[in-house]
Amino acid sequence: MTGHATYIGKRLLWTLPTLFLVALIVFFIVRLIPGDPVQVILGDQATEQEIAVLRAQYGLDKPIPMQFALWMGQVLQGDLGNSITNNQPVMSLLLSRFQVSATIVLIAVTLATLIAVPAGLLAAWKQNTTLDVAIVAGATLLMSVPSFWLGLILLLIFGLKLAWLPVYGYVPFSENPVEALRYMILPAATLILIEVGVLTRMARASAMEVLRLEYVTHARAKGLSNRQVLLKHVLPNAFAPTWTMIGLVLGGLLGGIAVLETVFTLPGLGRLLVDAIFARDYPVVQGCLLFTALIYVIVNLIVDLCYPLFDPRVSAS
Amino acid sequence: MSDKPAMSDKPLLSVRNLNIEGPNRLRILNDVSFDVAPGEIVALVGESGSGKTMAARAAMQLLPAGVLPAGGEVLVDGADVLSMNEDQIRKLRGAKIGMVFQEPMVSLNPAHTIGSQLTEGLLLHENISRDEARSRAETMLERVQIMDPRACIKAYPHQFSGGMRQRIMLASVMLLKPKLLIADEPTTALDTLSQREVLEVMVELTRSSGTAVLLITHNLGLVAQYANSVVVLERGRLVETGPVERVLRRPEQTYTKALINALPRREPDRVPAARTSPLIAAENVSVTFPGAGTAFSSAEPKLAVDGVSLSICPGEAVALVGGSGSGKTTLGRALLGLVPLSSGDIRFRGKAMHSATKAEKREFRLSAQLVFQDPYSSLDPRQTIAEIVAEPLDHVPGLSRAERAGRTREMLEEVGLGGFGKRYPHALSGGQRQRVAIARAVIRNPAFVVADEPVSALDMTIQKQVLDLFRKLQEQHGFACLFISHDLGAVSRMADRIMVMNRGKVVEEGSVGDILDRPQHDYTKALLEAAPTLAITEKMSA
Amino acid sequence: MKRLRINGILGALLLGIVGGLALISVFWTPYDPMKVSLRERLNPPSLIHWLGTDEFGRDVLSRIMTGAAESLVVSICTVAFAVLFGTLIGLFAGYVRGLADRLLMVVSDALLAFPGTLLALGIMVIVGPNKYGIIVALGIAYTPSVLRIVRASVLSAREREYVEASRVIGNSELVTMFRHVLPNCTAPLVVLATSMFGWVVLAESGLSFLGLGVPPPAPTWGNMLASARPHMERAIWLGFAPGLCIAMTMLGVNLLGDALRDRFDPRMEDR
Repeated sequence: MTGHATYIGKRLLWTLPTLFLVALIVFFIVRLIPGDPVQVILGDQATEQEIAVLRAQYGLDKPIPMQFALWMGQVLQGDLGNSITNNQPVMSLLLSRFQVSATIVLIAVTLATLIAVPAGLLAAWKQNTTLDVAIVAGATLLMSVPSFWLGLILLLIFGLKLAWLPVYGYVPFSENPVEALRYMILPAATLILIEVGVLTRMARASAMEVLRLEYVTHARAKGLSNRQVLLKHVLPNAFAPTWTMIGLVLGGLLGGIAVLETVFTLPGLGRLLVDAIFARDYPVVQGCLLFTALIYVIVNLIVDLCYPLFDPRVSAS
Repeated sequence: MSDKPAMSDKPLLSVRNLNIEGPNRLRILNDVSFDVAPGEIVALVGESGSGKTMAARAAMQLLPAGVLPAGGEVLVDGADVLSMNEDQIRKLRGAKIGMVFQEPMVSLNPAHTIGSQLTEGLLLHENISRDEARSRAETMLERVQIMDPRACIKAYPHQFSGGMRQRIMLASVMLLKPKLLIADEPTTALDTLSQREVLEVMVELTRSSGTAVLLITHNLGLVAQYANSVVVLERGRLVETGPVERVLRRPEQTYTKALINALPRREPDRVPAARTSPLIAAENVSVTFPGAGTAFSSAEPKLAVDGVSLSICPGEAVALVGGSGSGKTTLGRALLGLVPLSSGDIRFRGKAMHSATKAEKREFRLSAQLVFQDPYSSLDPRQTIAEIVAEPLDHVPGLSRAERAGRTREMLEEVGLGGFGKRYPHALSGGQRQRVAIARAVIRNPAFVVADEPVSALDMTIQKQVLDLFRKLQEQHGFACLFISHDLGAVSRMADRIMVMNRGKVVEEGSVGDILDRPQHDYTKALLEAAPTLAITEKMSA
Repeated sequence: MKRLRINGILGALLLGIVGGLALISVFWTPYDPMKVSLRERLNPPSLIHWLGTDEFGRDVLSRIMTGAAESLVVSICTVAFAVLFGTLIGLFAGYVRGLADRLLMVVSDALLAFPGTLLALGIMVIVGPNKYGIIVALGIAYTPSVLRIVRASVLSAREREYVEASRVIGNSELVTMFRHVLPNCTAPLVVLATSMFGWVVLAESGLSFLGLGVPPPAPTWGNMLASARPHMERAIWLGFAPGLCIAMTMLGVNLLGDALRDRFDPRMEDR
């Protein structure tokens, strides 16, 4: 078991320098934005004195490394500043928006995985038959469609033409689960359709790799049925690469959710960032970048830490 | 030789006129027929491409995708396997016919414990409790000589070596007490000593349970030692069949004769070159690798080579023999300066390499060459054969383009690959690639060549060809060479002197005659016994 | 194997159509893509305007074609940027190893910690919406992926016996690296570049859709879709064509990428 603990320890340790650099990069991105943020806040009519006061307040008169240290100090305490647009604390804004994005992403990826893994296994088992070709063709088509276009089309059909589902807006689960579901179906369905494509292909590819291996033939040579072989021997070994892919997919969705939130007018994290960019609300921009990157790092960490569950060889090395 | 068990009338396995086709209607097996009687050990012999593996897999309907039987029948206890449906054949698999595969590294599922894989088959075919299954598994593990079966049950495959995994596989298969065991090249991926261990265990288990064995192999030495009868296949056709003694002593077909001819035989000992001052010498050389432990082996830094001293004179051919892990490959590379020494020094032409000048080191580098073991990865797949062989000439100053091309062409002719210049490695067979590797090593007329198990990955008839070629080149060009191998038989035709290595030390050294006829050290004796190739040829000529 | 050739041909065909449209648009389009015509607003597809007109009366087909050229140019430049820098840095890191390698990997991991187009978004905030800004932003965002693949290739190629053989013959490290290691890394690089091309097209159109990409009135598929949104009920064709083009390009890239990946599969090279 110590092998496992060392693996976890090492992996955690490696995350720290990465996170530090991420913070550094975000800090510099915002610093590099042309224009004076103080001027933006106060507008054209500000006097020299007002500018100087606000400058000092934001700590902009201090040397850069100092600013970074101060900022890091605040961040580590959970204080990401306040939004320029509406003066709300950035952290609480982020958290409430994150709930929306995360709910949709998690539901979509879970359902997509539940569909994709069996489909991929099936396709690999029946390799080169019509079924396999159909599954691969379908998956490839699905993953080629841009999410915002698919969303628009679904919205058109189900929201406008058929009027089965609402066209825009969002209701949180805590308020009214049934209504919430109605608002979530379309965006979640869009995501599911696209990710099913990606994940099915990955599951199929790794299952094909495993099927070539001799322990599968050995299992059949013992007299196990096809179903038993698939479930007991192929699945655990084929799942590992798919699991890694799920981590990447989750992260990718977090980064690209903005377009979907725009199409379906959802108050999510992506939309927050885009609006903040247009409004030049730099504290929010900074907070979004940092927060999203942090979530992604954590997701990948969890994915990696679960790896030894599928592959006992990993913790040994 | 093994005793002949009582033969009953009805064969256990009867292959009749079997045809097998691959994709694109490629004929893999053509009208092949043979029988296996209960309790008999039948060897199915052939080189790569003979179709022997497919013939055996057909018996369990385990042919790979795209490969299908195209006529004939395979009768197991009278019932035709090829016409059975999935449910019927699943009852056969494991319980009546068991199969052991070639690659021990991938034959066990890395995600499951040994215990679960051993008991899986038992629980499937027999109505016993988990505890009963586990205790049977432990007993069987003891019989295949695994120490500490209880810990083994809870462990994972990656914690064991190749030889151990193969024995575990055997345990797994024999637990079900099948009537027929199909062993598909079970020991090819192992070194000589492990081979012997695994086969002895296999023969003991099968004999005591009356299981017949279909042993698929290309190694005639094993056939002579363990089988009752032999079936010879060439390119999908049956060439010859009969009792082992008869086929090996009085082969009737040309192909069988060629196979037997390929076995190394005791040639008259070479007249050793006059011993002058050594060309290259190792003085108390040690090489250590940082430790990488698993649960079943030590985790200390590994002393691969332990204080070895040796010397090789110009023109001398020295063989370095040992099992896997003996340190022979490391020593060979250390002699070429490719591996850092933890102590000791190498002397080339009298100069210590430790304190040599850059120019002297360069001269050493250019005069000492290496032929690698794996013909499939030692050639750059993006270069043509001519480019590969000519590349060493980059470092010969003052060579015009015409001279370069000329020398390359000559070298290719010498190794029997004239006209192959424009081809790429992937279009060549293993034996041909190895000849390219040899050409590359020899083209600059080096003073010293190390050949690291250059023929282990090749078929027996090809091995003979490549060994003969190497020997011819060595005699003609006169370079000193260190020939590394785990097979005493292979080196006996090559060497002036033999050195035997075990666990990082040279345990015995002497002329070919001394080592083969009067071995002193236990390890040497064990190696000799485990080299069945020599044993039978001696018996043949008796 | 046959199926792969079909994949490859189909993929190349789809990309060829898109590329062809783009190329033609440089010299000729049915109408001037920028020409506003208030009388002809939101006309459905007809013989005069094959794909109809948009809310400003501009010909949709012409805008699609010009948009193709815009998207392709931006994507090709981005991929070139990422491949160039990623390969150089990856070669260096993989060969030299040691402290320099570790530092580069930590920086690369930090850049990769920004999922999807987040980093590009951030950089776009600095440079503002313009064509070159997008190329640099997306280029920087995708360089780490190239870096990783090249470095991994170099690391595995270094262990191959033919690389050791090159040293044994007497070649210097530099010669070994450029003659033996580098050429054997091209295969995964080609596959990655193909897929990356698709990602970039998607990313660029996403950015444009959000209003953060190439600014209007220049037509890109992304901003055409964005401006089609409010008119979706009445003018379906407006939203259909640009999305279809993006999908076609992605499909072509995916099919071609599959065919290339299998063709370069090392298992199929020897034996």
